[in-house]
Amino acid sequence: MRSLAELKKNERGIINGFKDDSLSVKLIEMGCLPGTEVSVDLIAPFGDPIAIGVSGYCLSLRKDEAACIMIED
Amino acid sequence: MASTDRIKIALVGNPNSGKTTLFNLLTGLNQKTGNFPGVTVDKKSGFSKLPDGTTAEIIDLPGTYSIYPKTLDEQIVQDILLDPEHSQYPDKVIVVTDASNLKRNLLLFTQIRDLGIPLVLVLNMIDVAQLKKLNIDLRGLSIDLGVKIIPTNSHSGDGIAALKEALTQPLVKSKRPFYDIYDLAPKTIDAIKTEFDLTENYRAYQYAQQSVRLNFLNDKEKERIAKIKDENGFYDVPTQSQETLGRYQFISDIVDRNVKNSRDPLKKSVSQKIDRVVTHPVFGYLIFFTVLMLIFQAIFAWAEGPMNLIEGSIAEFSGWVKGILPEGILSDLLTDGVLAGLAGVLVFIPQIAILFAFIALLEESGYMSRAVFLMDKLMRKVGLNGKSVVPLISGMACAIPAIMATRNIESWKDRLITIFVTPFMSCSARLPVYAILIGLVVPEQQVLGIFNLQGLVLQALYLLGFLAAIGSAYVMKLILKAGQKSYFIMELPGYKIPSWKNIGLTIYDKSKTFVLEAGKIIIAISIVLWVLASYGFNDNFRNAEENVRQQVGENASQEEYEVALSSYKLEHSVAGSFGKIIEPAIRPLGYDWKIGIALITSFAAREVFVGTMSTIYSIGASDDDEVTIRERLREEKNPETGGPMYTPAVAFSLMVFYAFAMQCMSTLAIVYRETKGWKWPIIQTVYMTAVAYISAFITYNIFS
Repeated sequence: MRSLAELKKNERGIINGFKDDSLSVKLIEMGCLPGTEVSVDLIAPFGDPIAIGVSGYCLSLRKDEAACIMIED
Repeated sequence: MASTDRIKIALVGNPNSGKTTLFNLLTGLNQKTGNFPGVTVDKKSGFSKLPDGTTAEIIDLPGTYSIYPKTLDEQIVQDILLDPEHSQYPDKVIVVTDASNLKRNLLLFTQIRDLGIPLVLVLNMIDVAQLKKLNIDLRGLSIDLGVKIIPTNSHSGDGIAALKEALTQPLVKSKRPFYDIYDLAPKTIDAIKTEFDLTENYRAYQYAQQSVRLNFLNDKEKERIAKIKDENGFYDVPTQSQETLGRYQFISDIVDRNVKNSRDPLKKSVSQKIDRVVTHPVFGYLIFFTVLMLIFQAIFAWAEGPMNLIEGSIAEFSGWVKGILPEGILSDLLTDGVLAGLAGVLVFIPQIAILFAFIALLEESGYMSRAVFLMDKLMRKVGLNGKSVVPLISGMACAIPAIMATRNIESWKDRLITIFVTPFMSCSARLPVYAILIGLVVPEQQVLGIFNLQGLVLQALYLLGFLAAIGSAYVMKLILKAGQKSYFIMELPGYKIPSWKNIGLTIYDKSKTFVLEAGKIIIAISIVLWVLASYGFNDNFRNAEENVRQQVGENASQEEYEVALSSYKLEHSVAGSFGKIIEPAIRPLGYDWKIGIALITSFAAREVFVGTMSTIYSIGASDDDEVTIRERLREEKNPETGGPMYTPAVAFSLMVFYAFAMQCMSTLAIVYRETKGWKWPIIQTVYMTAVAYISAFITYNIFS
C-alpha cells in the first residue's frame, strides 16, 4: 500500500488509514478522514513540504507527516 | 459600570476564519492586550456596545481547530471553556466559521456546543462562499445544528448589526448533545460525573481525555481521574479518534444536505493559479526575495525620516527642559536619564510600524503561509522553521520588531531558537560602529578592480552575523528538548484582499505593546546608565571642576574647559571606575579602560559607542562626527608600545565584539517581554557576550 508521500503531483487518492496514532488524531481533525479523496496540489521546490487538497481546502504538511497517511490501492 | 453586570463573550474559531477581523469590527479601538492569568499567552479583549445599551466584554481566544490543544496558545481555549470557575469563563460564545470551508470549521463548533455553553454560530466570509458558488441553506443548517446562525461578511461589515442584536437575546442551551459521547465510555463518564458533580456528559468525557493538561484540577483530582480511567479501560487516543470521526460523520451529512456546490470541480480556482506561480522553483524564490528586499529596504529607508524627527523633537524638548529648570540633578536626571531613555523607546516605533505593516499585509493576503511553505525545508536543516525567515531577515534592520514578529511560530522550541539567534543578525545600530572602525584601519582601495575593500569588510561582518545566527540555531536544536511534538500541518488559506483596518490595528497594537512593556525596562536601564556615567564617589570626581581648571590652564576658553570637564567626569565616574576595573579582563582583547567605558555605556545601544568615544577623547559636541573621531583615534598612542593604540588588531577585535555581543538593552527588554521571564534574556546575554569575547580574543591574536 502506498502512502500519501509517494503520490506524484496532481495525483489523486482515497485515504485508507494512518500509520501513526497520535498524528492521526491531528490529521483527522484537519479533515483527512478515511474514505476522503485527496489530491497532491503542490510540492515545494526541494520536494518537501507538500500541499494537498482535502475536504474542500488546501493543507500543507511535511513529507514525513504525509508518509503516515495510507492511500487505497 | 461595575464589571459584574457586563456579560463576557468569547470568540472561538479556526485560524483563518476571519475571527480577528470580526473581533476588530465588534470592538474597534476599544481593545487591549494583556495576559491570561498564570500563563504566557497574550489575551486580547475589548468592549462592545450592544443595541440594548449594555456593554459586553469580548475576549478573542487563540484560533484552534479543535478542543484538543496542540500548542500552548490553544491550550488556553480549553482551560477557560472547561472551567466554569475561571475568571474569563464566558456567559456566551460566538463560534466563528469560514463559510466557504464549513465541514472542517464545524468540528470545533460541535465540541463547544456539547459543553453546554450558550452560543451563536457565525458563518463568516459568506462572500467568499458565494464566490465559490456554494449555496447554503441557512434555515436548514440552523435546524440541523440546533443553533442560531448569523451570516457575516467581515470585509464589508454586513451581518455585524445582526450579530450584536443576537447577543442581546437569551441564547438557548441545547438540551440534547450534537454527538452523544456517552456510548464511547459510559462507565468512565458516569463515575466522573458523580465524582465532580457535572451535568454534561461531554464535560465529564473531557475530564477523562485531558485531565493531565487541565490546570484547574489539583493533583489529587487528577489521580482520581486516572484511577477511574484505569478501572474502566479508557484510552485517550483511540477514543478521541473515534469521537472526531463520529462528529465528522454527522457534520458531513448535514453539510451535504444544506450546502450545494454548483461549481465545476475540475476548474482551477484563482488561489490555485496564484499558488502555481508563488511556489514555483524559480519564480517562487524570486518573488519571495523581492518581498524580503522590499521590507528590508523599507525599514532602512522609510524609517529614517520619522526616526530623525522623533530624536530631534525629543532633543529639542530636552533642551527646553534644561532651559527652564535650574541646573542640577533634577534637570540632568530628567533630560539625560528619563528623556534619553524615552527617546530610546520612541525611536523604534517607525521601524516596528513598517515591519508590522508588511507582516500584516503578507498574513492578511494569505502570502505568508506560502513563504513558510517555500522556506521550511531549508530552515529546518538548521533547527529553524519556515516561519523563522521573516524575523531573521528583519533582524538585519532591527532586532526589536524582528523578535516581536516571532509570535506566529507555533512551536515554542522553534520560536525560542529564532528569538535567541535573531540578535546576531547585523542590525542598523551596528553600522555607525563598523563605519568608524573600518575607516580607521581598512585602506580605501579597490580589490580585483571592482570591489571596494572597505565595502568587502562590511559585507564580511554581515556574513559573520548571519553565520553566528545559523550556527547557534544548529547548536540549540541539538541541546533543547522539544516540549511537544511539533507539527507542520498548516492550512494554506485562500488569497484575500487585506483589510486596511486590520493592518492599522496591528501596527497600533504592536507599537503600544512595545512602548508600554519594553519601554519600562529601557527607561529604567537608561536611568541606571546615566547615574553610572554622571556620578563618582572618589575625590577626583568631587574636585573635578578644580582639577580640570588646573589642567587646561587659565587661558582656555569656556568651551575647551567644558569639553575637558565632561571627559574628566566620565573618567572618574562609576562607569569610569568600572572601565578601569574590567580593564584586566578586556586587556587580552587589546582594549584599554577607555574602550571599557564605551563597552559599558553602549550596553544601552551599540551606537552609543560613538558618543562615548567622543566624550572620552574630549571631542566637543560640535565636532561629534565620524571623521573627527576617527582622526582623534588615529592619534591615540598605546602607552606600552608607544605605537598607535588603534591597530588593525584592536579595531578588528572591536568590530567582531560588536558583531556578536548583546549590547542592546532594548533587545534584552523585548526578549524578556516575549519569553515572559528573565531566564532567556540572561542566558542569551551571557552566551552572546561569551561568543563575542572569545571571537574578539581570537581576532586580536590573529592580527597582532
